[in-house]
Amino acid sequence: MAITLRINDVEHTVDVDGDTPLLWVIRDVLGMTGTKFGCGLAQCGACTVHLDGTAVRSCQTAAADAVGMKITTIEGLSPDGNHPLQIAWRDHNVPQCGYCQSGQIMQAASLLKDTPNPTDSDIDAAMSGNLCRCGTYTRIRAAIKQAATTMVGAQ
Amino acid sequence: MTPRRMPGEAIANISRRGLLSGIAAGSLILAIGLPAQAEEEKFAGEGMANGLREDPKIFIAIAEDGTVSVISHRSEMGQGIRTSIPMVVADELEADWAKVKVVQAPGDEAKFGNQDTDGSRSMRHHFAVLRRMGAAARQMLEQSAAAEWGVPVGEVEAFNHAVLHKASGRSLDYGALAKAAAELPVPAADQIKLKDPSKFRYIGKGETRLIDGFDITTGRAQYGIDTRLDGMVYAVVARPPVFGGTVKSFDDSETLKFPGVLKVVTIDPTPAPAAFQPLGGVAVIATNTWAAIRGRELLKITWDDGPHATYSSEEHKATLEAAVRQPGTVVREAGETDAALAGAAKRVEAEYYIPHLAHATMEPPAAVVRIVDGKCEAWSCVQSPQATRDNLAQRLGIPVENVTVNVTLLGGGFGRKSKPDYVVEAGLLSQAMGGTPVKLTWTREDDITNDYFHAVSMERLEGGIDADGKAVAWLHRSAAPTIMSIFAPDPKQEAGWEMGMGLVDMPFDIPNLRIENPQATAHTRIGWFRSVYNIPHAFAVQSFANELAAAAGRDPKDYLLELIGPPRKINTRDISVAWNYGEDPALYLLDTGRLRGVVEMAAKASGWGRELPAGRGLGIAAHRSFVTYVAAVVEVEVGAGGALTIPKVDIAVDCGPRINPDRIRSQMEGAVVMGISLATLGEITFKNGRTEQTNFDTFEVTRIDAAPKEINVHIAATDDYDQPLGGVGEPGVPPIAPALTNAIFAATGKRIRSLPIRSQAA
Repeated sequence: MAITLRINDVEHTVDVDGDTPLLWVIRDVLGMTGTKFGCGLAQCGACTVHLDGTAVRSCQTAAADAVGMKITTIEGLSPDGNHPLQIAWRDHNVPQCGYCQSGQIMQAASLLKDTPNPTDSDIDAAMSGNLCRCGTYTRIRAAIKQAATTMVGAQ
Repeated sequence: MTPRRMPGEAIANISRRGLLSGIAAGSLILAIGLPAQAEEEKFAGEGMANGLREDPKIFIAIAEDGTVSVISHRSEMGQGIRTSIPMVVADELEADWAKVKVVQAPGDEAKFGNQDTDGSRSMRHHFAVLRRMGAAARQMLEQSAAAEWGVPVGEVEAFNHAVLHKASGRSLDYGALAKAAAELPVPAADQIKLKDPSKFRYIGKGETRLIDGFDITTGRAQYGIDTRLDGMVYAVVARPPVFGGTVKSFDDSETLKFPGVLKVVTIDPTPAPAAFQPLGGVAVIATNTWAAIRGRELLKITWDDGPHATYSSEEHKATLEAAVRQPGTVVREAGETDAALAGAAKRVEAEYYIPHLAHATMEPPAAVVRIVDGKCEAWSCVQSPQATRDNLAQRLGIPVENVTVNVTLLGGGFGRKSKPDYVVEAGLLSQAMGGTPVKLTWTREDDITNDYFHAVSMERLEGGIDADGKAVAWLHRSAAPTIMSIFAPDPKQEAGWEMGMGLVDMPFDIPNLRIENPQATAHTRIGWFRSVYNIPHAFAVQSFANELAAAAGRDPKDYLLELIGPPRKINTRDISVAWNYGEDPALYLLDTGRLRGVVEMAAKASGWGRELPAGRGLGIAAHRSFVTYVAAVVEVEVGAGGALTIPKVDIAVDCGPRINPDRIRSQMEGAVVMGISLATLGEITFKNGRTEQTNFDTFEVTRIDAAPKEINVHIAATDDYDQPLGGVGEPGVPPIAPALTNAIFAATGKRIRSLPIRSQAA
């Protein structure tokens, strides 16, 4: 069936079964590979995207359910790749292999939207669904705090 | 670690292609046990298959706009090598980092030298070579500028991407000189002038941004799973749930009805020992990954489970227990251990168990392969691009020169992606589709259930202390299935290189000591996992050191230092160690002074001995692996129900000269988290030959809320860049589990000897 998805402010009409997870539409049908496959079970957070600004696991979101919503992927988080979180991630050299970091950044962006000044326990609560096998967690915490400071300061 | 070339194991004479083919794998048995001296020994990079290449004309290119391109012939899996290789070259080259880019080499060891990214040796083996190539290129630029100006080369000097002639104030940037410089001969080895380390701009500074940082944080970075080709189709494979199993029959009628499914293809199993070749199974090829996954769910397959159908972790644990309670092959001996144990004032016994572990790289194995006009081209996340090439060539029947392997970023490796079985699967499927590009994805369930698992292990220790608490006897029996079981039919002993990982090279100064290796059988695919057999050996040795300290009523840190003994430099050959991480044992001595150094450094940084509230404890452990010395102090808080909180870890590392301190820190931070993950949660168990875990809901790994709140990395620095380098990627892992269980003992008096800990601290 043809469905229309609005991803990063661009409309795409795709011919897929409505039950197809949004993840696979984004990756395989539309060819945007910044959103990662990690588990297919909402256990790892690698596939995190925003629906109307809120982080969701695209592997557990049916494409049909995202129709009419504003979908944002890592490619659309900022026009120039300089969202305060992206800058903070680079300042702290957070990534090791980097594979989970799209999802981590998207989850963190959702956190900062709701909680501009997160405590350590806020960060743990919001980020515990995002696995990093390389173990970059201490730097993720530091980068989120830096970005929070930047964003609050800018307001 | 790769068994392709291991001096001391005498596999060295067997070519890679021979080793990995079924026939020659049989002859491996004959080769093992030949004296290492049968051929001229080579060490370090020269000891690897296809050795080292040192040619700046291969590795460095300068464009007319001044852009410097440096080849990374090592795979990037998070250790930062794509940053560190060009960083070293750029420093010697006097290049401006902003004008440096990295180019990933395809698999081609004839051109680039050995490319196996494993064993914590990329920088260890290549630092000196990279420096010399950067310096040679700098001298070529200086020569071309001097020729251009008609002045003696001694009057010009390269600085920050330009060559200057101070006397006349002239300068030419590298872009302007590139073409002429490239036509000059490479300076002879004895003419290369390395920089004085005091003039390093990047090496040892730790301020270099990750070269892939922008791409990673914006979703542009390309991993194996991200490759896209025109006309590409997508595949998943149903593999035997039991190691050695085969397809008896299958019905794909429902699968073929599923929208998007294009074809169902069988993959023949590889007879054991299969090395890096596929397990076999039934593949579903579709227009997208999701359709392939759904189509696979609709397959009705009857499996013949084969000889390992009854593999049960519970029963196997009992088998290993029985094995370590009997004498095994003696692999190191000093003094009169039995008499010393019998005569000891106090005797301590303990057994330590670690289950199988899965690598669970965040990017599961994935590959794209196409075949055009008889030429095969692959794109994949592999640690071993030449082995990938060789395995594709062998299985597809295509000459190796017609096989190209492009290396993408790796979303984690940890040893899993040294085994390119998944690329061969993709190649077979492309062949079955008439050469059409096929993307093969392993789902997480595939990854967890069909991994090359970390070996299950049982370690038994018996120790004796005298009336003063001094250790006088030490007996260690280590039993674990060997990784060699994927290369040879049913070996029962740990290989020399496996025992060289913290078992026979145990550094304690104890007069009566015996180490034995009882037999163990592999019932699943065993493979190297970050730090490999150091994990069980260090867990046992460092836990038992702590148990002896408790028996002696001594402070664990002081007692550990006493066990290590006075500073001394040991040639590992002198203590029956066949393999010293591939390094010359005369150059890479086992230096107990350096081990003491990291113990003292970590202890001091942690505030060892400070008062702690009830329920909190500090634990210490130290281990040499990959010719690097690491000690860790873990602070733990044990809460209700045995819940663990880890406020702080101090980890001290002496890896010789520091090249990229930021990446040393990040590797240690990551090793701490991985060590805690395997200690607290990591467990793969088998029942009826099948893993009982399938995804991250059942094979748990540490999340941010359970990770240490603070990890402090302390680097024992040396500015002497002529000293040999140690490894960095792996040696942080082994001391973490015992430091944690030792901390739990300090906090609660509970001794945990069987991992994972889960709620055992309750």
